[in-house]
Amino acid sequence: MAEVPQYKIRELRLKANDIRRWVIEMTWRAKSGHPGGSLSAAEILSVLYFHELRIDPKNPDWPDRDRFVLSKGHASPAYYAALAMRGFFPEDELLNFRKLGSFLQGHPSLIVPGVDMCTGSLGQGLSAAVGMAIAAKMDNRDYRVYALLGDGEIQEGAVWEAAMCASTHSLNNLIAIVDRNMIQLDDFTDRMVKLDPLEEKWHSFGWNVFSINGHDVRQIIYALEEAKKSDNKPSVVIAHTVKGKGVSYMENSPKYHGKPPQNEEEYKTAIRELEEARRGI
Amino acid sequence: MNWEYESPRKAYGETLVELGREMDNLVVMDADLSTSTKTAMFGNAFPDRFINVGLQEQNMMGIAAGLATTGKVVFVSSFAVFATGRAYDQIRQSIAYPKLNVKIVATHGGVTVGEDGASHQMIEDVGLMCGLPNMRVIVPVDSNEVRRVIKFVASENGPFYVRLTRTALPNLTENDDSFHFGKATIMRDGSDITIIAMGIEVSYSLMAAEMLSKEGIDARVINMSTIKPIDKDAIVKAARETGRILTVEDHNIYNGLGSRVAEVLVENYPVPMRRHGMKDVFGVSGKWNALLEHYGLDAKGIANEVRNLMEVKI
Repeated sequence: MAEVPQYKIRELRLKANDIRRWVIEMTWRAKSGHPGGSLSAAEILSVLYFHELRIDPKNPDWPDRDRFVLSKGHASPAYYAALAMRGFFPEDELLNFRKLGSFLQGHPSLIVPGVDMCTGSLGQGLSAAVGMAIAAKMDNRDYRVYALLGDGEIQEGAVWEAAMCASTHSLNNLIAIVDRNMIQLDDFTDRMVKLDPLEEKWHSFGWNVFSINGHDVRQIIYALEEAKKSDNKPSVVIAHTVKGKGVSYMENSPKYHGKPPQNEEEYKTAIRELEEARRGI
Repeated sequence: MNWEYESPRKAYGETLVELGREMDNLVVMDADLSTSTKTAMFGNAFPDRFINVGLQEQNMMGIAAGLATTGKVVFVSSFAVFATGRAYDQIRQSIAYPKLNVKIVATHGGVTVGEDGASHQMIEDVGLMCGLPNMRVIVPVDSNEVRRVIKFVASENGPFYVRLTRTALPNLTENDDSFHFGKATIMRDGSDITIIAMGIEVSYSLMAAEMLSKEGIDARVINMSTIKPIDKDAIVKAARETGRILTVEDHNIYNGLGSRVAEVLVENYPVPMRRHGMKDVFGVSGKWNALLEHYGLDAKGIANEVRNLMEVKI
């Protein structure tokens, strides 16, 4: 495998930092939204949108484009930020997130340029991704389908229906990524439903499994490269992450699953910390 | 009455095969009931475009949505109870909201499922589907109409719910290709009262009208095969011209045909009306025609409802 040049790694880390900055800005202005699981997915979305996906922002309906399904739809702030930064729509629109009149709905909708599937009710995105992957096989197209799931989300039984179905159909063009940030709305995931041994679960469902640090862009890139070599199985990347990553008071806190910065001071702290982190990249 | 009976499920399977020859982008899905829903006929003819997901109704709806985003026209089938009940949230979030090109054709609607009992007798599906924005709902009256409806929904973009029954139905309409979506059909004219029925109950309503004509009651019978959007004009015209309305459905009287008709009447032209159907009770096991008799959904039962409504002075 070709070594990814350092400048590329740095660029992707900077993009992840930009995504985080937008997540804070958007949820602060909307006075609502889900920063915790958006911040944990920043590197994953950075790698997907600025390195991995075969997409053309000028032609969002290109039939041969790679598909991406944000199955954990509440991470929409990070997703919309990545789409805007990639050129699907003007970044200014991000300021209207969740506001009446904007196409930036609280959860991803098909009216947003670049969105391949609407999501929001957890546990459904992987099924849609399976449908897209089956369509690629039917039509002899070589696009791939990527789906990002939350770790809380995979408590939904329908995820495992889709997981069994994907391996039955040998969907080697399907790559799922689980944002394993250990926290859901009410509590830590393992206090709600035990998910471990998570890697073994996916493996036993017939998937290739890659377990990585989901904040290390190099590891994300390499895992996706390996996943693409599969000849007959779908692949899952278990991305171990920190909920609220990059904002000290949000890190590892269930409170900020679905709450924006609570006051001006929290907002400023978040921005300051992200700016400091940026200088270190 | 001298009617020819035909299985609407078989008509569905045959029509899918016919459409499969014409449309390369047609995909059919089922959840381990393909020999009952007759989608297996399509599966045998076009195995590469048939996906039987096994017992995964929720996953099936999600996959159908994903397929539809790539330009496929997707028919999904199961029994009505599983298609709409088990997978309601998937239909709502992944099909109706994004207005994707998925046709949910459910068989085994209503109490006429018979021996399997209440667990399999879906009497809420029409209500569930009518409540969804972007969803259009059709209950074909006979197998000839099934053919027309299936061709119609295949040619129209966006989601549809089509409800079929398990039992054979008498062919009340001719076999032609023009389905008048959103238009009710007067199956028998009359001036004293109008019976508005859907699906299997149209034939029983016609039989009831025959019985009543011998008593001097002249009943109009309307086939309301499109439940959403409903034909307001036909309802108001019937109310104006006949003064009384009885609705008849193999479905709960809440949220089904009766509720839709009542909404139109109250807002536009209130007249005495009654809703006849499953009166907010689950069904029981039994032979389908014994059940229709048990719940008063046969000709005799419908005629009784008409007589009661005729007592109301207008």
